[in-house]
Amino acid sequence: MTRFDQHRPPSREVETSIFQYIVAAIFLWLLTGFWQLQVQDPEVYEQRATLNSVKSLPIPAPRGRILDRDGRVLVDNIQTFRMMLSKDAVRAESALLIAEGLNIPYEELVDRLGTVGIQRGPDYQQVVLKDGLPLSEVAFFEAHRGELPELELIRSPRRRYPLNGMAAHMLGYVGQISKAQLNLEEFVLHESGAEIGKAGIERRYNDFLVGKDGRRLVLVDSRSRRVRDLNREEAEPGQTLRLTIDLDLQVVADLAMGDRRGAVVALDPRNGEILAMVSKPAFDVNAFVGGVTEAAWRNVARDPDKPMLNRATQAQLAPGSIFKPFVALAGLMEGAVDKDFQVLCTGGASFYGRYFRCHRAGGHGWVNMEEALRVSCDVYFYNLGKELGIDRIAKYAELAGFGSRTDIDLPAEAEGIVPSSRWKIRFFRDKWYAGETISVSIGQGALTITPLQAAHAIGGLAMGGVWHRPRLIADREAAKILANYSPPEPRRAEITEEQLEPIVRGMWRVVNDGGTGVRAMIPGRSVCGKTGSAQRISRTLAFENDDPRLLDDGWFIAFAPCEAPEIVVSVLFENGEHGSWAAPIARDVIKAYFDKQERRAQPRRQPDQPAAPQTAKAEISRP
Amino acid sequence: MNEQYSWRDFDWTLLLVALLIAALGALEVYSATLSTPWHDAYLRQILWIGLGLGLMWVASTIDYHWLVQHAPTFYVLTLVGLVGVLLFGTVVNGSRRWLPIPGLVNLQVSEFAKIMLVLLVARLFAELPKGRLDLSTLFKAGFIFLIPLVLVARQPDLSTSLSFLPILGMGIFLTGLPRKYIAVGLVAATLAAPVGWFLLSDYQKDRVTAFMNPEEDPRGKGYQALQSKIAVGSGGIWGQGFARGTQTQLRFIPEAHTDFVFASYAEETGFAGVLIVLTLYFGLLMRIVNNAQTAADPAGTQICMAVAALLLFQITVNVGMVVNKMPVTGMPLPLMSYGGSNTLTVFILLGLVNNVRIRRFTN
Repeated sequence: MTRFDQHRPPSREVETSIFQYIVAAIFLWLLTGFWQLQVQDPEVYEQRATLNSVKSLPIPAPRGRILDRDGRVLVDNIQTFRMMLSKDAVRAESALLIAEGLNIPYEELVDRLGTVGIQRGPDYQQVVLKDGLPLSEVAFFEAHRGELPELELIRSPRRRYPLNGMAAHMLGYVGQISKAQLNLEEFVLHESGAEIGKAGIERRYNDFLVGKDGRRLVLVDSRSRRVRDLNREEAEPGQTLRLTIDLDLQVVADLAMGDRRGAVVALDPRNGEILAMVSKPAFDVNAFVGGVTEAAWRNVARDPDKPMLNRATQAQLAPGSIFKPFVALAGLMEGAVDKDFQVLCTGGASFYGRYFRCHRAGGHGWVNMEEALRVSCDVYFYNLGKELGIDRIAKYAELAGFGSRTDIDLPAEAEGIVPSSRWKIRFFRDKWYAGETISVSIGQGALTITPLQAAHAIGGLAMGGVWHRPRLIADREAAKILANYSPPEPRRAEITEEQLEPIVRGMWRVVNDGGTGVRAMIPGRSVCGKTGSAQRISRTLAFENDDPRLLDDGWFIAFAPCEAPEIVVSVLFENGEHGSWAAPIARDVIKAYFDKQERRAQPRRQPDQPAAPQTAKAEISRP
Repeated sequence: MNEQYSWRDFDWTLLLVALLIAALGALEVYSATLSTPWHDAYLRQILWIGLGLGLMWVASTIDYHWLVQHAPTFYVLTLVGLVGVLLFGTVVNGSRRWLPIPGLVNLQVSEFAKIMLVLLVARLFAELPKGRLDLSTLFKAGFIFLIPLVLVARQPDLSTSLSFLPILGMGIFLTGLPRKYIAVGLVAATLAAPVGWFLLSDYQKDRVTAFMNPEEDPRGKGYQALQSKIAVGSGGIWGQGFARGTQTQLRFIPEAHTDFVFASYAEETGFAGVLIVLTLYFGLLMRIVNNAQTAADPAGTQICMAVAALLLFQITVNVGMVVNKMPVTGMPLPLMSYGGSNTLTVFILLGLVNNVRIRRFTN
């Protein structure tokens, strides 16, 4: 005690009480912190806590299946794994690991992460990073789940299309909705990241095929490991769509076309139902599902053969001689000629100071309408065209459906062109020169049509003037999926038996009487047809150029049976040189149609026959 | 020395308050580790508390005058220990803090250094008459503190080394510094601050930056601060319930049973629970100050006040960090955070306070 100052106060009262005030002040200061967080606005932090621990994961709804007219599956779904990326959790550090594990090129990934960062959604949104993950990548994710909270793996159904691009153009394909499509009225119900039909039936009937995605609220820990499900809203699958397509005919048409460029359309003229639709070259749609790489897309888009083009509805080409039946119809209905009117073909004729050649240099001699159709005499139709004038030709061409969309239920159908004096003034601000009519009367000049229009037009003519709107969904099916659906009224014209007869007879002789379409002949069946060989450029130019892409296009239109048509086929064989080369393709399809009818007509079961082949047959026709 | 004190003189209030806080701490350690592989941590924490009670009794019985006299010896021993840590220490999270004792546990020597410094500051300043702190003593004290401070900072363990400063600061404060020194000191501190910034390592700078703006990089440096804030806020007034806080149980709170144990506690018990514990801490500090005021001599006062200053510093830094009023540091919360060395140290420090109280009438 002696070491210490005796006169000091017993303790450091002033200092210690100052310290007490400091303690009190600090504690009050700390308390205000808790007051602000816990009493003033705890909701903010409760929300943040929920965002932390509750993940909302989509349960993708399977799209509806697409069936053929007999119920056979054309488009189905398979289960795959899909990697989702949370927009608001993307970290730059993760990119390298993700790129390595999911086999995405690093630059591409960074590029995509960058755009994801920019287009921040209004709230917690996820985009598809990769679809159809192989099991090795699924394993990678499971191993690195804790390091990659921005990723989430979900099961998702994936579209499975027919192999080798069969019916690819008609069926279309699905893909993630693009930024431009988000603004279209067609896709108003879809959000960013949604899978939509991008083409064909998939696009046209997207609203029916698309289901309603479910949602799953999952409680996760800080390492994104699932603790438990909080809430589950199941997905509603999309509606099944049954098409008018007959898979048997589609396969035959596809095989018959082989590697040729062109298109085949088969339809039932009695109701407009499309039985087969082929466009070649095709592309493997399965490669498009789940996002297509830019390089692969460029390849397809820049291919000079234009595999993405649905030639059946989008190729607009001069019809050549397959237009002649419609000129004949105009001539008969306008009374410009009768069926016995004859023309002397000497291999060409002069009109308005220009010499127009017939395709047969030696000429056909005296020909009437029937014969002119059989041998496809140009001089006969030059004269008939001159007699009619362009506007009367255009009137009947338009009546047959040329020059406007057939309104088939496929997107982006082409219109083609039916030239007329009005058309000339409207688009060229010029008057029609009579010389131009001569070319149009044999299906050349400015006239262009699509293979679908060809089938539609000749079908309606063969039916005696009843043009049904071509359709891929039968009325019965459409009534099921569409509210207050009423079948569209066919377009009609009064064609008398006398007017129709010479045309049908002429077309019958094309196939069955040594005409240009003998390759379409089917013994025991009455098939009517007409070939067409349409020039792409003038003969002289074609002679100078040795480009196979400048060769004439071959066309063939046919219907059968001639007296009561059940099937119409139109074939376009690009650069096929002559329509007679397109004829066998049409024959194959028509033959397949009648063969199938015959098979069906046979009695289903015979009492003394073993049961096994019977069931096998039933499975094939109706699985 | 006369050993004439009884159990009646023991500071039961201090012990009760400390045990209440420690019990709440152990409960929260239990809750925060429920879903982790180290879910038996609370059992070890209870073991530490029991051991701490024993050491507290030991620290109460040895006369503090003897301890203060031998502070230089302890000082040398501690320096040897700290150098040993730097040479042989175990590295955890890139920092060399623990000295492995063969067959036993890992000791965090820097924690026990605090006890030695509390005794040393009493030895250095208690003999001086009030207001007579001269420059040479000040520099001497500064130099003596600087050595362990640098050794610990080198581990690196900035927060523990900084916690030595309030012990020294309390010594100077109680002795009383002439006003001109205070003025000079303030100017020097102001000038030193920018220099100090350059001396900080990158991770330390990051923490300060993250503290200033935690939302800027929510998944990176500011993650801990932000998650702590979210946890505290989502607790609301009444809390989410024991072992039911989502941020705690789903492990969004980093270090939920050690440095951020108070964030877990705040989430599960809410503002009400926070108020209870902060009141207990306040009571603990007031009780220690009361013991300082009734101490028999300046050395006793100095010991109690140094302990109070140290605890206040740790509470402020830790709790301040939890509510985002302080940067994120590895500062444990006395009596609540899981950990052997720091729990034992706090109980020994409270033992010293009790030591002073028991001997308040002996002179």
